[in-house]
Amino acid sequence: MALLEIEDLTVEFPTRKQVFVAVDRANLTVEPGEIHGLVGESGAGKSTIGAAIMGLLDPPGHITNGTIRFKGETISGLDTGAMQALRGKKISMIFQDPLTSLNPLFTVRQQLVETIRVHLDMSDVEANTRAIELINRVGIPNADIRVDQYPHQFSGGMRQRVVIALALCSEPDVIIADEPTTALDVSIQAQILSLIKELANERQVGVILITHDMGVIADTTDKVTVMYQGAVVETGLTAQVMGAPTHPYTKSLIAAVPRPTIKLRRFPLISYGGRVTEFKIEDLARNWPHNTAERGAELLEVRGITKRFLQKPALLPSHREYFTAVDQASFSIRQGEVFGLVGESGSGKSTIARMIAGLYNVDGGTVSFQGQDVTSTAKGVPDSYRKQIQMIFQDPYSSLNPRMRVDQIIAEPARHHGLLHGAALQARVSELLDRVGLGASAGVKYPHEFSGGQRQRISIARALATQPTFLICDEPTSALDVSIQAQILNILKDLQEHLNLTMLFISHDLPVVRQMCDRVGVMRNGQLVEIANTEDLFANPQHPYTAELLSLMPRLDGLSNDGLAAEIA
Amino acid sequence: MTDAPIPAEPVKRRAHWLARAWDTDLAWSFRNSPIAMVSLGAVLILVLSAVFAPLFAPHNPFDPATLNLMNGFTAPMEPNAFTGESFWLGTDDQGRDVFSTILYGMRISLFVGFSAVLFAMVLGISLGLLAGYLGGWTETVIMRIADVQLTFPAILVAMLIFGVAKGITPIEYRDQVAIWVLILAIGLSDWVQFARVVRGATLVEKNKEYVQAARLIGRSPLAIMTRHILPNVLSPVLVIATISLALAIIAEATLSFLGVGAPPTQPSLGTLIRIGQGFLFSGEWWILFFPAMTLLALALSVNLLGDWLRDALNPRLR
Repeated sequence: MALLEIEDLTVEFPTRKQVFVAVDRANLTVEPGEIHGLVGESGAGKSTIGAAIMGLLDPPGHITNGTIRFKGETISGLDTGAMQALRGKKISMIFQDPLTSLNPLFTVRQQLVETIRVHLDMSDVEANTRAIELINRVGIPNADIRVDQYPHQFSGGMRQRVVIALALCSEPDVIIADEPTTALDVSIQAQILSLIKELANERQVGVILITHDMGVIADTTDKVTVMYQGAVVETGLTAQVMGAPTHPYTKSLIAAVPRPTIKLRRFPLISYGGRVTEFKIEDLARNWPHNTAERGAELLEVRGITKRFLQKPALLPSHREYFTAVDQASFSIRQGEVFGLVGESGSGKSTIARMIAGLYNVDGGTVSFQGQDVTSTAKGVPDSYRKQIQMIFQDPYSSLNPRMRVDQIIAEPARHHGLLHGAALQARVSELLDRVGLGASAGVKYPHEFSGGQRQRISIARALATQPTFLICDEPTSALDVSIQAQILNILKDLQEHLNLTMLFISHDLPVVRQMCDRVGVMRNGQLVEIANTEDLFANPQHPYTAELLSLMPRLDGLSNDGLAAEIA
Repeated sequence: MTDAPIPAEPVKRRAHWLARAWDTDLAWSFRNSPIAMVSLGAVLILVLSAVFAPLFAPHNPFDPATLNLMNGFTAPMEPNAFTGESFWLGTDDQGRDVFSTILYGMRISLFVGFSAVLFAMVLGISLGLLAGYLGGWTETVIMRIADVQLTFPAILVAMLIFGVAKGITPIEYRDQVAIWVLILAIGLSDWVQFARVVRGATLVEKNKEYVQAARLIGRSPLAIMTRHILPNVLSPVLVIATISLALAIIAEATLSFLGVGAPPTQPSLGTLIRIGQGFLFSGEWWILFFPAMTLLALALSVNLLGDWLRDALNPRLR
């Protein structure tokens, strides 16, 4: 008998205008000791299934059809009291953000002991012993000391371990992990996933691992269920689904995953569902001023650039304490190349981008562009330089002003620099909207009327409006689904190839960097530890930190290479 | 590759802006809230009857030529013992029709209320934007002033400003400037909450990437504050403005009731209540009762409207 069975589950959210079907007749079975991956893009309904099992659907969402059985007993439709007895005790949950899933006002011991005593019949002493055991088990060193600390005294990865310990308190049979490693750096992600694997095996717990990350699925799960727009499209053994997908959606999803081992010229776009919107690079290039600069000549040079942030303000300068975000970084970017900066969060890569863009003043060092000094000081950077550079930001939801119309957003840079006026400006805006695949009529709409990928296209149109020569991309796809990421990365490649644009490409995602960049700089704690040609770096890392980063990268060997052959560089 | 399909050219024409406004979530929430509809109705009736008072009022209570002292102290709906005239809501000691004085009094109250809130809004939004966007010393100075002012009750601040202004105005101009001083006093006592809310919202907005994008192309701080940040911090301001309007009307009434507000030659609702309370215990209850009820209805309906607006604009409460 399966541990958890979901049969024909349908979850609906009635809204003002229509009923939104979040989960559409989904089936899912979890056996003891099995890690079952639930994968899909945002809005696929994977988290909704998790919430439905826990009885935690946000109103007005409700189950309209189907049953959820736990050890053969139907648990869907149980009343709140009965559900509460089950929730946390037999089925527990691990959430994405370890910061918000722990109560900051209680020590770890208090939270664990309370949970243990609610669920298990144990004395205070026994519960305390068990709490320390658990903390030990999830791999936190010095468990007996650390158990008396507060959540803020733990790092992100350690905190997620505490959350896992908390989920284990009641000796559950099923754990639902909803994007448990999405908020963590890649090195910590690997540790947390192997911990979940060990525990599932050791305690014969069934785990539902909800994620959008194919790498996590391929490395961790035994079985996988692929969801698309609320419906299950494919389910089976992970190796089989990943290696030989049968459903066209699964195929398209797997083909869009950037590989660490294969360098592609472009990402294959296998269409499924909505149609692929074309990026009309040839049309765009026709009206683009001919860039005469020779490829490979030096365009931007950064020398000993440093940024310190005030950590502890004080009236007396001598009492102030600073945090050095970027320490003496030097590199240069050549005309027409894509230069990548990689590193974990907090390593200072975005800070460098912001200094180059003139958004932060530098505390030391110089930046020069085409031989001209453009170091960002209190006076900012020269206007002539501003016209040459543009930036594409990470979050397509906050990088467009929600109160401005799309045509105003795109026109703003060109209008500000006085490059175009009136009808010519309007024509440029319509042309750009058409070229990025949105259609000229998109201009009269507001940003909220577009999806994340479409918004990123608007951002690209805005960046191209001044016809810049240098583009800074700060994690341009890390907030996007993998298929949209493939589209956006293809657009950026086109820009580099056809318009001879030079790019600074910032990412924490090594496979993406391998696909995009000609040369890469690796950052750690504000320092640039290694700069090398991408292929050399991936083949033969010089610095031990680079080697460590590369070793943590998911291998994705089991993923099907269908449709990639034509694009291998 | 599932970017939502993009409508093919040519797209269908956009609906008329009125139709789109009707279709917004805000309008929908309004149509589904009886309280909001009733309060908006009440506010509209009260405001319109005040604005068009000369059309509705039986006579102009401030024009001595239309008064008859013999009509004094006429009870509501009863004929006067001497003249035989009858008044809906009775008359006061000087024979003024209470209904007319309420309509004209409400004009003053509403004018002072709206102007004071507008003044407080402009001041508070500007200072809040400056404090939030520029930070550093500017922020420290502005927000400390705000903190200090918050330690005094608003009405005390208003009285203080009113007193000082009265002191420096020559006696012959006092009645003329009284209304403006009142607006200034209430406005100055009320800017703090606008500044605080706008500063908080600005701190959030200024770190968003669209502001970085504007800074990148070199837009000036003033342009960023007005073009980019201001439109995005206005929805909480709208809520406070509505609730402030009710408070400003009450503040004006309080000041006038205390005798430091609208002069007797231009009586507001507060002045009318002050006049009326002298007669409460001698049996002429209507002189107090009807202006007080009008004030209550006005403040309550504006407040309920503000509450609804706050809930409707804050999806987390829904």
